Amino acid sequence: MSANTEVLNVKKLKGRTFLTDTNLLLIITVLVFFSMYTSAVQFLGSGFTKPQMFFNILNENASLLVLSCGMTLVMITGGIDISVGQVTCLVCMASAVFMNDNSITGAMPEGQAVVVSMLIALGIGLAFGIVQGLLVAYLEFQPFIVTLAGMFFAKGMTTIICSDRVNIDNEINHAFYKLSTTEVSVPFIGSYNKLGEFIPAFVEVGVVVALIVVALLFVLLRWTKLGRNFYAVGGNNQSANMLGINVKLTKFLAHVLCGLCAGIGGYLFFLHARSGSPLHATGAEMNAIASSIIGGTMLSGGVGNIIGTLFGVLSLSTIKNIVTSLGLEDPWWTNITVAIMLCIFLLVQSVILARKNRKKK
Amino acid sequence: MTTPEPKLKTGRSVKDIFGKLFFNQLLIPLVALLFLVILNLFADPSFFKITLEKSSTGFYILSGNLISIIDNGSELAILAIGMTLVTAASGGQDISVGSAIAIAGSIVLRVIKGLSPSISGGELALYLIFAFVLCVIVSALFGAFNGALVAFFKIQPMVATLILFTAGRSIAAWINNNENISINDDRFKYFGNFLPGIPVPTPVFISAICMIVIAVVLKFTNLRLYSQAVGINSSSSRLNGINPKMIKLLTFIILGVCVAVCGFIKVSRTASITYAVIANNIEMDAILAVALGGNNLGGGKFNMTASIIGAYVIQFLTTTLFKFKVSSTAISAYKAVVVIFLIILSAPVVRRGLSNLKNKYIASRSQVKKEGV
Repeated sequence: MSANTEVLNVKKLKGRTFLTDTNLLLIITVLVFFSMYTSAVQFLGSGFTKPQMFFNILNENASLLVLSCGMTLVMITGGIDISVGQVTCLVCMASAVFMNDNSITGAMPEGQAVVVSMLIALGIGLAFGIVQGLLVAYLEFQPFIVTLAGMFFAKGMTTIICSDRVNIDNEINHAFYKLSTTEVSVPFIGSYNKLGEFIPAFVEVGVVVALIVVALLFVLLRWTKLGRNFYAVGGNNQSANMLGINVKLTKFLAHVLCGLCAGIGGYLFFLHARSGSPLHATGAEMNAIASSIIGGTMLSGGVGNIIGTLFGVLSLSTIKNIVTSLGLEDPWWTNITVAIMLCIFLLVQSVILARKNRKKK
Repeated sequence: MTTPEPKLKTGRSVKDIFGKLFFNQLLIPLVALLFLVILNLFADPSFFKITLEKSSTGFYILSGNLISIIDNGSELAILAIGMTLVTAASGGQDISVGSAIAIAGSIVLRVIKGLSPSISGGELALYLIFAFVLCVIVSALFGAFNGALVAFFKIQPMVATLILFTAGRSIAAWINNNENISINDDRFKYFGNFLPGIPVPTPVFISAICMIVIAVVLKFTNLRLYSQAVGINSSSSRLNGINPKMIKLLTFIILGVCVAVCGFIKVSRTASITYAVIANNIEMDAILAVALGGNNLGGGKFNMTASIIGAYVIQFLTTTLFKFKVSSTAISAYKAVVVIFLIILSAPVVRRGLSNLKNKYIASRSQVKKEGV
C-alpha cells in the first residue's frame, strides 16, 4: 500500500519536474515556430522550402537576436529595458558619422577605423547600461520609467548628432565594406540551381557574432553562479537577499549586460544597413520584448531561456515574412501582427501564472 | 530660552509656513516653473509679451508665448487628468496614449470626410457631435481593452499598453487607408484654433471644462478615495468591499475618454493628420507631468492639481526649448535629462532621506515649542 503511494508520488514528481514553467513555455514556442514554418511551406510553397530563405531570416534579424537576448537577461531579473531600440539607432548614427568623417578616419590605417567604430558602439551601449543599471538597482526606481527616459534621450541624441540619413562611403571605408559583405557559407546545406550545381547557403558575419552571443549567454545563464543569481533575484527578491545574494549588484549587472548587448546589436544593425538614420530600428524594442515573451520569458521574472528567445525571434520573423508574402505588404500589417502575437502570448502567460498560483493555494 | 519667533497675522510662525510649503506636493512643479520663468527673464524678457493682433480671418486674437503655452498645453493637461487616475489605481502608466490619439483623430477625420459631401450649412454641428461621440466610444473601448488586460489578466500596465503602443499608429493609418485626409471646412478648425470673435484659443476652454468636470467628480463621488485605496493596497481594499478590478477598468476608460478629447483637438488644429507624427512623444510628456506633480508613480495617493500644473510646466519647458532654437526632434533628449533628474529626486532612497529630514525638523520644532513654554 505504502509502496504504491510512493510510486505515485515519484510519478507525480517526475511529471512536475518535467513540465516546469520554463519547459512548458519553451515547448509551446518551439511548436509554434515549427507549425508556422511548415504551414508556410505548405501553403506558400516554393520560397520557404529553400534553405537560403531560412538563413535570410537570420541575416535580417541578427541584431534583433542580440537585442532580444539582452532583453531576456533583464526580464529574468524582473525588469525591462525599452531603450534598446533607440540605442541601436544612436549606435548606427554615431558609427556612421564617425566612419564618414574623413579627417579622423583618413589618418588611420584601414582596419583601425572599423575597430574604433566598434569600440564606440560598445561604449555607447555600456554607458546606457551602466547609468540605467545604477538608477534601477541602487535608486530602486521602476525600470520602465528609467529606460523610457533612456529611450527618449537616445532618440534626441541621434538627431543632435545628425538629423538626416548618413550613408557610408564605400570608397573611403573599404575594409568596412568588405567586412559587411563577407558571406560565410553554411556547410552541407544549400540548394541546387537549374543546372544542377550545388550552391551552399550563406550567412553574414553578423549572424555568426549573434550566435556566439547566444551561446555565451546560454552558458552564462545555465552554468555560472551569476546566471543562477539572475533567476533567483527574478523569482523572489527577498528570499534571494536572505540567501546572501547581492540583489542590487545582480540587477545592475543584468542592465549592464543588456546595454552591452544593445551596443553589439546596434553595431550588427549598422553592419547590415551600412548607414545611419533617425528612422533606423524603429520599434526594435517592441520586437525584442515580443520575441522574449514569445520565447517563454515571464514578465514577472525568474522564468526564461535563451534558446526560447532564439525561437521567439525566429517565430516573429517567420510570421512577418508570411504576412508580407500573403500580399499584405502595407507596412501597418506587420505592426498589427506583432501586437496580436504579443497579446496572445501575454494572455497565455497570465493564464499559466494564475494556474500556478492556484496550485500553491 | 529662545527668542519668540516673528508672528504673522494668522498666528502661525513664518517657519511653520515655510515648513509646510517645503513638504507640499505643489512645491516641485512651482519651483520648476519659477526656474523656467527666471531663465526666460534673463535670456529674453520679450518672451512674456502678449499682444492683441488681427488674424487672417479678421478677428482680434491674443498672441504670444504665454498664450501658446496655455493653448498647446491643453491636450497635455487633459491627458494628465486621466494618467494621474490610472497611475493612482494601477501603479503603472499607459504608454499607448500617443497611438490612441492617432486612432481617435483618424476616426474623427474619417467620419467627417465620409459625410462631408452631404454637409450643407448648419448640419455640420450634428455631424461633429456624431463624430465626437463615435471617437469617444472607440477610445473608451481601447481604454477598456488596456484596462481588462491590467485588471483581469494582471499584466503590468506598461507592458499591457505596449500592445496598443505598437499597433496604434498602424491601426490609425489602416482606418483611413493611409490617405492624408484634410478637411476644407473652416468651421471644423474652430475647436483647435479660435472661435470667431473670441480672442482666447478654444482648447483652453475645452481643457477648462475637463478640469471642472473632474473636479466635480472628485468632489462628489468616491472615485478619489477608491482609486487611492486600490493603488495603496489592492487586496485590502477588496476586503473592504471595493472591487479593485472594476476601479482599474474604470480609470482606464476615463483615460480613454480624455484621449478622445485630445485626439479631437489635435486633428482640429490642422484639420489633417499625419499618422507617424501626430501626438508624437506625448506619452512621455504625460508621464512626466504626473511625475513632476510629485505623484508617486508606484500608485496610491495623488494630487490632481499638481499634475495639471505639471503638464503646463512641461509645455513651458517645450516652448522655452523651442525659443532656444532646439530642433523639435532633439527636444526629447533634454526632457529625458529632466525625467532622470526627477527620478533621482523622487526615488525611494532619496525620499527616505527627505522624510528623515522632515522628522528631524518636526522634532526640533516641537522641542523649540516646549522650551518656549
